[in-house]
This record gives sequence, structure tokens and C-alpha cells, in this order.
Amino acid sequence: MAKTLFDKIWDKHTVQKIEDGPSVVYIDKHFIHEVTSPQAFNGIEKRGLKVFRPNKVVATADHNVPTINQHLPIKDELSRLQVEQLIANCKKHNVELYGLGHAFQGIVHVIGPELGITQPGMTIVCGDSHTSTHGAFGAVAFGIGTSEVEMVFASQCLLQTKPKVMRINIEGELHNGVLSKDIILYIISKITSSGATGYFVEYAGSAIRALSMEARMTICNMSIEMGARGGMIAPDEITFAYIKGRQFAPGAAQWEEKLTEWKQLYSDEDAVFDYEININASEIEPMITYGTNPGLGIAINGHIPVTDTIADEGERNNIIKALKYMGLESGKSLLGMPVQHVFIGSCTNSRIEDLRLVAGLVKGRKKNENVQVMIVPGSQQVAKQAQAEGLDKIFKDAGFEIRQAGCSACLGMNEDKIPAGEYCISTSNRNFEGRQGAGARTLLASPLTAAAAAITGVVTDVRTLNPLTP
Amino acid sequence: MIPLQKIHSQFVPLPMENVDTDQIIPARFLKATTRDGFGKNLFRDWRYENNDDTKPKADFVLNQSKFSGEILVAGKNFGCGSSREHAAWALQDYGFKAVVSSFFADIFKNNALNNGVLPVKVSDEFLAQIFALGNEATITIDVDQQTITIDATGAQEIFDINHYKKTCLLNGYDDIDYLINHKAQIEAFEAQLG
Repeated sequence: MAKTLFDKIWDKHTVQKIEDGPSVVYIDKHFIHEVTSPQAFNGIEKRGLKVFRPNKVVATADHNVPTINQHLPIKDELSRLQVEQLIANCKKHNVELYGLGHAFQGIVHVIGPELGITQPGMTIVCGDSHTSTHGAFGAVAFGIGTSEVEMVFASQCLLQTKPKVMRINIEGELHNGVLSKDIILYIISKITSSGATGYFVEYAGSAIRALSMEARMTICNMSIEMGARGGMIAPDEITFAYIKGRQFAPGAAQWEEKLTEWKQLYSDEDAVFDYEININASEIEPMITYGTNPGLGIAINGHIPVTDTIADEGERNNIIKALKYMGLESGKSLLGMPVQHVFIGSCTNSRIEDLRLVAGLVKGRKKNENVQVMIVPGSQQVAKQAQAEGLDKIFKDAGFEIRQAGCSACLGMNEDKIPAGEYCISTSNRNFEGRQGAGARTLLASPLTAAAAAITGVVTDVRTLNPLTP
Repeated sequence: MIPLQKIHSQFVPLPMENVDTDQIIPARFLKATTRDGFGKNLFRDWRYENNDDTKPKADFVLNQSKFSGEILVAGKNFGCGSSREHAAWALQDYGFKAVVSSFFADIFKNNALNNGVLPVKVSDEFLAQIFALGNEATITIDVDQQTITIDATGAQEIFDINHYKKTCLLNGYDDIDYLINHKAQIEAFEAQLG
């Protein structure tokens, strides 16, 4: 029978299907971090259990870590205790930890792929909703809660209800200045922040096939922002070339065998999806959000919806409430609006390709004096690579502040927060009230749109930025 | 887990859509290493002025003494966003045993069920009926019968929950009990997976 990519992986990992209940699903790789794991370690210890398969667990410290002076003890006591507990728990349970000071440390969804741990056909979980990122490699990857982290510690399995499967096809060529971040913000703006709830999404079509792995990760990363359980893309030559030679990728001896296996990972031609959406790539403009959920986005040269014309009362009230929080007006354009902060980072857009794009735009320019620009590489390895390519010098010359790896101002668990009432163009994934700090106002956008605002100090269509005069 | 069979209670109405887990429990409160004590920070930034718990916002439902009970009733897409189970812990610690909405985000739904907080999905119409009730009104939720009833009017809906999860809730079992009882099967599966 014809199968979807999702079904092929799900079925292979189903240990048991409970009648009128969930399935027992075997997990190949379990990533953990300091925030959602301590209670799970406590839980198994209370039951007198050890981690069942410690060699399938990889840990890092990312959510709560400072992004300056990482060699010094963490100042915030609660953060320090949480990170110390991760170190102690990993040691006790023989779990590999890439903690602060380790060359592999970084945002969990950046390091998994860059180390070659993330591979096609795997089932991958982490106590973090952006685990969907790893689906870019043709893996079934999804975020879980702490009780589920405890389940995986205890049994390397999860009880999960099988989701429905949706395919989003994007055909054609993207306009100049449009990045994969714009694709996903466009999709979410069309289907809303709950439009894919209950589904696992496969992204397909020529526009997706043309993307690099970094760009594919950005798309899969934000699947959760439309409610999807996860997102995935069938692996291809671009995927295989990215993985080959990485630290934990299959070695030469297993490579051919793995490759043969991976090449079977695609949705069969006759496979049936529960829902399918078709999008023409040429519809997509650079995007920006104006509201307090990622579905409230518009083309950068568009206008905020006129609230009086929104028929659905619930939706109208949502947008009125969002605009009040954001200090924005119904029907207006965002172009030319001053911003005080630019944040380039997070598991969505902090990879080397993102930094290269930003550097390409800002090289030889200076940031606007009224904007603070923070650039936070996703991992130690990204930071190192950026230095090797001289990107750090470009950023310094432009007046950007370069930090050390971590989740940083995406969720403001550490000191990296946006002050109340101020605007931040952010390459991260969530614009919820208070997400970047109590009262902070977040405008989600691509790295190019963020970089353009850093230069001009206002919301800018990157395509209209004056070229540098020679 | 404590068994959950029946809830009969007044309710707290939160007629807002897309309540995300960052609102239920903001990230700065996720630094704890235990599951306890999150209730005091439930809806922290909607509940207090300037993060000051001596300054409750009078217009927020949790600060209005006329509203109380073990049931939170909220607009659609409740619990979207971050996977933080701290959201479920905060609701439970505050004293909620059920959340009623017309639509739940997936990860939150699992987290709630894994902590004995019952997500009850009702139709938009039924939700509107509840929001229209006075603050004295009571609701009865029967897990075994899978029913939610507005006591004053007798209006009732049947909600969905799979047989396995229902058995867990009624008896206070959790998924880990189930999984560790199936270790042999998991090991055999691993062997054939290679």
C-alpha cells in the first residue's frame, strides 16, 4: 500500500498499538536540556529507575545560559542551579553532555544537525516544541512535555496517538529577498496559528527542494507555530551532502548502506494525505508579524488588517487585543516604523547560513545609532565558523554586538531581554506577549529583514535598501 | 497520579482565544527543578501589575472573588506554543482539575492528561453557552460517562477521550507504569530494529 514519508517512519518505530488508545513508539534519539529535564530525572529516580538507553540521549545547556562570559560561573542563582543539576544528572545517568565550555555546546536544535546526530528516518524527541526542526532531514521529530521526557528516560518509548498527515506543496521560484523564514511565516499567516493542530506536516514541491538544509530547518522549526505536531521534508542529495563527514554521521563503512536506506524515505506517489495545500512560491513576499501570535503576519509592504472588516468576532477581538499590546494601528503599514532592537538568533535563524546572509547585507555599512543589535550564534561551532570566515569582523564594524551561543532573547530566560514597550525585529519564532521580556513587542521576520532594519533603524523592505555606492 | 472521576464545581471563565503557554507560565519562572509551587505564578503577567504580586489587576478573572472553582473555561486553541509542562503544573497547583475549551493545542493536551488535569473539548456553541452563564453556575464533568453538563439547564455534551487514557485517569495510572511493564517487548523490538 502506498505510504507517506511520515507513515513509513512511524510504522517502522511502532512497538505496539493499544486498542482504542495510543501507540508505543520507539525513539531513536532523545535530546535534553536544562529546563525541561530536571523533574524527569527526579521522576525516574523516585521510581528507582536508571535511564534505560543513555547512549541514545544527548544533552546540552542552552535555554538558561548567559551569552557573555560563559567561562565565568552563572550569576543568576536559579539558572546556575539548573545547569549544575543537568551536569550532575548526566554524570549520574551516563548521558553525554555538551555543556557550557564544550566545543559542541549550543542550541539543541542547532547542534543535533550540525554534529550529524540528526539523520533521516529517525524518531527524535526533546522537551522543546521546536524539535520539529530535525524533521528537515526526513525524521519524525517532535516536542514533548517533561512527563514524556521521563517516559523516554524510563523506556526509550513514548505513548503517542498517531497524528493526521498534511502536505504543503510550494512550487515555483522565490522572489529575490524572500527567504525560507518568509515561506513559513506566509504559510502560518494563511492557515493561522492553530491551522495544523492534530497534523504532522510534510513540506514538498520545487521551492522546498531548492532550499539548503539550513533553510529547510527554519521551515520545519516553525511547524509548531501553526499547531502541527511536527514538520518534515523528504531527504535528498542536499540532505546527504550536508550530513556526510559530520562528527557523528555514518562513517565510510556504513555510508552506502545508510544511503540506500535513506533513499527509500519519500511519500509514495499514490500516498493519501488527510489534507493538502498548494502554494505558488511567487505569491510570497518578505514577511513581518504585527501581532502576538506567529499567524498574525503580513507582507512587509502590506497593511495590518482593518479590524472593523473582520467578520469573525473571536478573530476580531484577538487582533484588537494584539494591536493594543503592540501599540499598533489597524489598517496601517509597518514600513518606516522605528525599532529599538534587532535580535538575530534562536533555533529558527542562528545557523552559519543565516549569519552569512546578514553579513552579506551589512558588510561595509553601519547600524543605525538608535538601534541595539544583538547577534547570537546558535552554537560554538557556528561562532567558530563565523570567525574563520571573518563574519565577526563585519558585524563588529557594523556596530553589532556578538554574543555566545544560547537561546538568549528568543525567550528571555537569561539576562537577554527586550525592555517593556520597545520594539524588536527578531529572527526568532514567537511574538507572544512578554516572550522577549515582560511588555516587549516582537516583530518576527527573516534575517535579511532584520539586518535591513539594523541598518536603517526602521522597518524596511530589504529589496528597497539602497545599494552601497562603490 | 491521583484518580480523577467526577468534577462538580463552579468555573472560572477566560473568554480569550490562543492562550499560549508563555501566558500560562512565563519563561522566567521555568528555573525550578521540582514540579511544585507553580500555581502562584499562573498567568503571572495578566494577573499582576509590573510583575508585583501585591498589585493584582482587578480586571483579571483570577483576581475576582466572584469566580472560583476547579474548572477553567477558555477560548479556542488553549495551550498553544511552548511544550513546557510547567503550564499544566501551574494549572494543577492553582487548583484546576479540568480545562474546557473548543480546541486544544496538542502538546498541552498530552501534558495536562499526564498530570491528571482533564482537557474537555466541547463545541463552539456549548462553549458559548457556558460563557453566557452567571458566576454562580456549576458544571459537572463525568470522566467515566465522558459527559459535561451545565447543571442549571441540563445541557450536556459528550467529550472525546480514548479508552486507554480514560482508564488511566479513573484509576490514577500513568504511562510510565504501562511502559515499564512492557520492557521485554521493547527490548525484543530493539533487537529486530537493529
